[in-house]
Amino acid sequence: MSVLSSSIARKVAMALSALFLIIFLIIHLAVNLTSLFSADAFNEASHFMGTNPLIQFAMQPVLIFGVVFHFVMGFVLELRNRGARNVKYAKFNGAASSTWASRNMIISGAVILAFIVLHFIDFWIPELNTKYVLGDMSGVLPGEEGYRYFEELQHKFANPLRVGAYVVAFVLLAIHLMHGFQSAFQSMGFNNKYTGFVKAFGKFYSIVIPLGFIIVALCHHFNH
Amino acid sequence: MTTLNSKVPQGPIKDKWTTYKENVNLVNPANKRNIDIIVVGTGLAGGSAAASLAELGYNVKAFAYQDSPRRAHSIAAQGGINASKNYQNDGDSDYRLFYDTVKGGDYRSREGNVHRLAEVSGAIIDQCVAQGVPFARDYGGLLDNRSFGGVLVSRTFYAKGQTGQQLLLGCYSAMNRQIARGNIEMFNRHEMLDVVKVDGKARGIIARNLITGEIERHSAHAVVIATGGYGNVYFLSTNAMGSNATAAWKIHKKGAYFANPCFTQIHPTCIPRSGDYQSKLTLMSESLRNDGRIWVPAKIEDAKAIQEGKLKPTAIAEENRDYYLERRYPAFGNLVPRDVASRAAKERCDAGFGVNATGEAVYLDFAYAINRYGTIQAKLKGLTNASKEVITELGEAVIEEKYGNLFQMYEKIVDENPYKTPMMIYPATHYTMGGVWVDYNLMTTVPGLYCIGEANFSDHGANRLGASALMQGLADGYFVLPYTIGEYLSDDIRTGAIPTDSAEFDAAEKEIKEKLEFFINNNGTHSVDYFHKKLGLVMWNKVGMARNEKHLKEAIKEIQDIREDFWKNVKVPGDLNEMNAELEKAGRVADFLELGELFAKDALNREESCGGHFREEHVTEDGEAKRDDKNFAYVAAWEYTGKPSEAILHKEQLEFKDIELKTRSYK
Amino acid sequence: MDLTLKIWRQKGPQDKGQMVEYKVTDISEHMSFLEMMDVLNEGLVAKGEVPVAFDHDCREGICGMCSLHINGEPHGPDRGITTCQLHMRMFKDGDTIYIEPWRAKAFPVIKDLIVDRMAFERIQQAGGYISVNTSGNTQDANAIPISKHNADLSMDAAACIGCGACVASCKNSSAMLFVSAKVSQFALLPQGQIEAADRVRNMVKQMDEEGFGNCTNTGACEVECPKGISLENIARMNREYLKASM
Repeated sequence: MSVLSSSIARKVAMALSALFLIIFLIIHLAVNLTSLFSADAFNEASHFMGTNPLIQFAMQPVLIFGVVFHFVMGFVLELRNRGARNVKYAKFNGAASSTWASRNMIISGAVILAFIVLHFIDFWIPELNTKYVLGDMSGVLPGEEGYRYFEELQHKFANPLRVGAYVVAFVLLAIHLMHGFQSAFQSMGFNNKYTGFVKAFGKFYSIVIPLGFIIVALCHHFNH
Repeated sequence: MTTLNSKVPQGPIKDKWTTYKENVNLVNPANKRNIDIIVVGTGLAGGSAAASLAELGYNVKAFAYQDSPRRAHSIAAQGGINASKNYQNDGDSDYRLFYDTVKGGDYRSREGNVHRLAEVSGAIIDQCVAQGVPFARDYGGLLDNRSFGGVLVSRTFYAKGQTGQQLLLGCYSAMNRQIARGNIEMFNRHEMLDVVKVDGKARGIIARNLITGEIERHSAHAVVIATGGYGNVYFLSTNAMGSNATAAWKIHKKGAYFANPCFTQIHPTCIPRSGDYQSKLTLMSESLRNDGRIWVPAKIEDAKAIQEGKLKPTAIAEENRDYYLERRYPAFGNLVPRDVASRAAKERCDAGFGVNATGEAVYLDFAYAINRYGTIQAKLKGLTNASKEVITELGEAVIEEKYGNLFQMYEKIVDENPYKTPMMIYPATHYTMGGVWVDYNLMTTVPGLYCIGEANFSDHGANRLGASALMQGLADGYFVLPYTIGEYLSDDIRTGAIPTDSAEFDAAEKEIKEKLEFFINNNGTHSVDYFHKKLGLVMWNKVGMARNEKHLKEAIKEIQDIREDFWKNVKVPGDLNEMNAELEKAGRVADFLELGELFAKDALNREESCGGHFREEHVTEDGEAKRDDKNFAYVAAWEYTGKPSEAILHKEQLEFKDIELKTRSYK
Repeated sequence: MDLTLKIWRQKGPQDKGQMVEYKVTDISEHMSFLEMMDVLNEGLVAKGEVPVAFDHDCREGICGMCSLHINGEPHGPDRGITTCQLHMRMFKDGDTIYIEPWRAKAFPVIKDLIVDRMAFERIQQAGGYISVNTSGNTQDANAIPISKHNADLSMDAAACIGCGACVASCKNSSAMLFVSAKVSQFALLPQGQIEAADRVRNMVKQMDEEGFGNCTNTGACEVECPKGISLENIARMNREYLKASM
C-alpha cells in the first residue's frame, strides 16, 4: 500500500474506485429497467450477467474489489480525518460553509453499505449458493418453465418493508452522489472550464440513477 | 557636539557605489562559515538581509516577535515598489529616481545613499521576478507600471493592492530555503530586549521567548536591527499593533545615535477614528485622491449640524462646500503631497469644520467623478439624453472597477455606502523617516551594529514618496548590507565563536530580568494601554501634524509626567514565565515613553518646516512650510546619556553637490 | 449592546482548558471584534485577572495573525474577512458568542485562543520557494514574459495570508487549500517549472507528516477563506502531484 502513503494518492484512489462504481450503477440500472418493459428481456439479461464467465470471473471480482476498497478506504480516511482534530469545537457551524452531503459521506456511505450487506444476504449469496454450491447454472426453477429471475424480482418487491429500506438506501445514495460525483473529478485534478458541466451532470446523474432504481422497485411493488 | 562621518566614498555620484563595491573587503567562503550574524526583524529589510547573508554562507540567526516571518508589517503595504527600469520609455533613469527622492524628501537626505538606492532599484525587480513574485503584467506578458504621487514618470511595479505582501512572501520564501538548509536559525515569537556589547562592539542580544517567557542569550559577530518604525508612539497609527521601537531604542541607549525622530509621515487618507475604543487606523490607498474631491462644509453651522448627525452631506449645496485643497493649491489641487494634504485637513478640522461626531474627518467625494465617468460611458454607448440615474449607474461601475476593493473595505468598517455618501477620511501616522543613524555602510555608531529598512534614519529625508519604502527595505537587505557588512566582518575572521557566558551577557540579562520582575510585581492601578493612550494623545495633539515651541515644551513636560506615573502605577497581570501579552506591551510602552520625549526635543530643535515636520513659527506669508537650508541642512543625531532630556546633539551636515536646493511649491 | 461570551481558556499547552463565560456591556456596533476583546481584557486587567490571549497584529486583514473561531466559523459569520475585520454590527444585543481557537492536531494550543502554526512554516520550508540566490545579475525581469492570465491566477493563489482558517473550517482539518495555494502560485509561472515536481512532492509529504487530515472536497475552506483562495488550486495541486508521481 506504499503507493497510497500520501493523502493525495489515497484521494485519487478513492475517486477512481468511485468512478468505477458510478459506471457499474448505470449497467445495473439498465438491467433493472428492462424489467419494467419486458420480463423476457430482463430474464435474458439477468441470465447473461449471472452465467457469463467473463462477467462472473473477471468483472465480478473487480467489482467486489472496487466496492470493498471504496468502503475500506472511506473508513480509513474518516478515521484519519477524525484523528486530525483531537479536540472538538464546542460550536461548529459546518452548514455555514458546506453541504450536509459533503460533510456526512460516512453516514450516507454507511447506509449504502448496510443496504449492500442486505443485498448480498438477500440476493447475491443465494445466487452464489444456487450456481456454484448446488451447481445449478440453468437459471430455471425445478418444475417450472422459463427463467426464474423476473418472478424472483417481483417476489422480492412484494414486501413493503424491503421496498421501504430500498427507497431509503437509494435516497442516501443520491445524497452520496450529489457530493461524490463532482468530488471525484476534483480529487483527480479536474477543475477547469468544464467543471460547471461536470457539476450539473453530476447532479443530474445523482438524481436520475437512484430515482430509476426506486421507480423499478415501486412499480413492481404496486403492480404485483 | 561632534560632526558625524557618513563615510560616503569620494568621487562622482554615479561612481561612488561601483567604486565602493570594487574596493570593499570581502570574507572568503570558508571563513563565512565561522561567522554568525543576528538579524532582528523579518520584514522586507530583515527578511531579505537574512536570506542574502545566509546564501553568502554566514550563519544567520533571525528573530521575529510574530509566529512567522511572513507576518511582519511590510505585508500591509498596498501600492507598489519604485524602480528606475524605464520600461515605459518615459524618460526615467537612476538619476531621475535619485532626484525625485531627494526633492520629495525636502532635501534632508544623504545624496550618496539615495543614489545608491536608485542604482540597485532595478535589480530588486529582477530578483523578485526570479523568486516568483506575481507582479501585474500587461497583455503582452511584460511587467505593468503605474504612476504615483509627486513624480513625472510611471515607475511603480505592483501586485494588485498587495505589493508589500507579495514582496515579503518573496523574501520569506528565500528565507525558508535557507532555514531548510540550516543556514538560518529562525526564532519566531522571540523579542529582542537588549543588545550586548563586548569591547565596544555589538556581540549579541538578549531575547525573550514569548511562549515560555525564558530569557535567552544569543551571540554573533554582528547584529542587524531591522525592526521597522516607531509610529506607534502615537498609539493610533496604521502600524500593526505589535510594531514597536524597543530594539531601536535599546541600541540607542547602548550607544547608537538616533537621528531625526521628528520626521514622521502622516498619511492623509485614512479611515477616521470612530470612538475611544479605537485600537488602530486603517489606510486607504492614496490613489483615491486621483478621482475623489476633498471638501468640508463652508458654513460652520452646517458643519455643526453634520457633527450632531442632523444633516446629511448630500444635502449641502455645491456653493456651500469648501474644496479647500483646490482653493489653496490650484495647480495640484487634490493631488498635493501627503504632508500638505494632511496639514490642510487638520487646519479645517481645528477650525471646527470637521464632519463626523469626533469633528476629525473631511469628505472625499466621488460624486463628481461618478458623474464624469458616467457621462463618458453614456456617450461611448451612444445613449443620448441619458437620465441622471443611468449616468450615475454607469459612473459607479467605472469607480467600482478602479477602487472596488477599497470601497468595500470602507463599507465593512464604516457601514456606509461610499458610492452614495461621501467617504470620510482623516490623516494618520503611517511611516517614520527618522530612526537610528547609520553611515554609508548602514552601520550605527556602535561597531558591528547595523540598522536597515524603516528602522534606520533612512534615505527619505523629511518626507517619503509613495512606493519607496518597499524599495529601500529590499535595497538595504538584498543589495547593500551583504556588501557593506563584509567590510567589517573581514576583520573578524580569527575571532572564533563569541561566548555567551561573559560578564557583559550576565549584566545585560540581569538588567532585563530585573525590569521584567518589576513590571510583574508592581501591582499598580492602570493598564499599560492606559499610559500608551495618554502618550499617544499628547504626541498627536502637540507633536503631530503642526508643531510649535509652546506645545512642544508642554509635550516634553507631559511625557515626563506620564513616564513617571507609568513607572509608579503600571499594572501588569500574569507571570514572567509564560506567554504574557501585557508584559510585552509594558516593555514596549516604556520605550515609547522615552522615545516620545526625544521626538519632541528634536522637533523643538529643528526650527524650520520641512517635509513631515511643520513648525507653525516657520511659514511663508501664505502659511506654507518654510525650510531653512542655511541653518538646518543637517541630520540631527542624538546621543543617549541617561535621559532623553539630556541627549546630546551631533550633526551630520548634508552636502548637495548634484542637486540644487529648491522650495517645493504646489500652488 | 450587552453580550455573553463563551471563551476557551487554557493556561498552557499542557493544561486541559475549558470554556469560560464572560459578560461585556456597552459594546458599540462600530467596534471591530478585536476591539470588543480589548474591552473585555481591559476589564479583566482592572479586576486583576489574566486577560484572554489571542493572536493579532496588523488589524487590517493582511498579516494573518488573528485566528478566532467565532460561533462555529473561522473569522466569524461575515465573508471575505479576517477576525480583525469583523465588526460588532454583525451581532445583536443579548447574543451569546462562542470564541474558540483553531482546532487541529497539527495546530496545538499554546495559550487560550493562540495556536502554534509552525506546521505551516515547515511545509513552506519543504519547498515553498524557487531556488534563486540574491544576485545583482539576475536576468532582466522582462526577459521572462508571462501571460497576463497566468500571472493573475498566480497572484490570486499568492494572496493567501497563511492564517489557517482553511484548516479550522475543514471538518477533516485538512491543509490542502493552504498548500495548494503556494504550489499553484509557482506552478503557474515559468520560473517555478524547474522544481515543480520536487516541490509538490515535498510539500505534500510534509503536510501529511504534520498530521493534517485528508481533503474530502467539502469546499468549506474556500467559503471561509478571507482571501477567497479557490478550490481550483487544490485540483491543480492534485494534477501537479499526479504528474510528479508518474
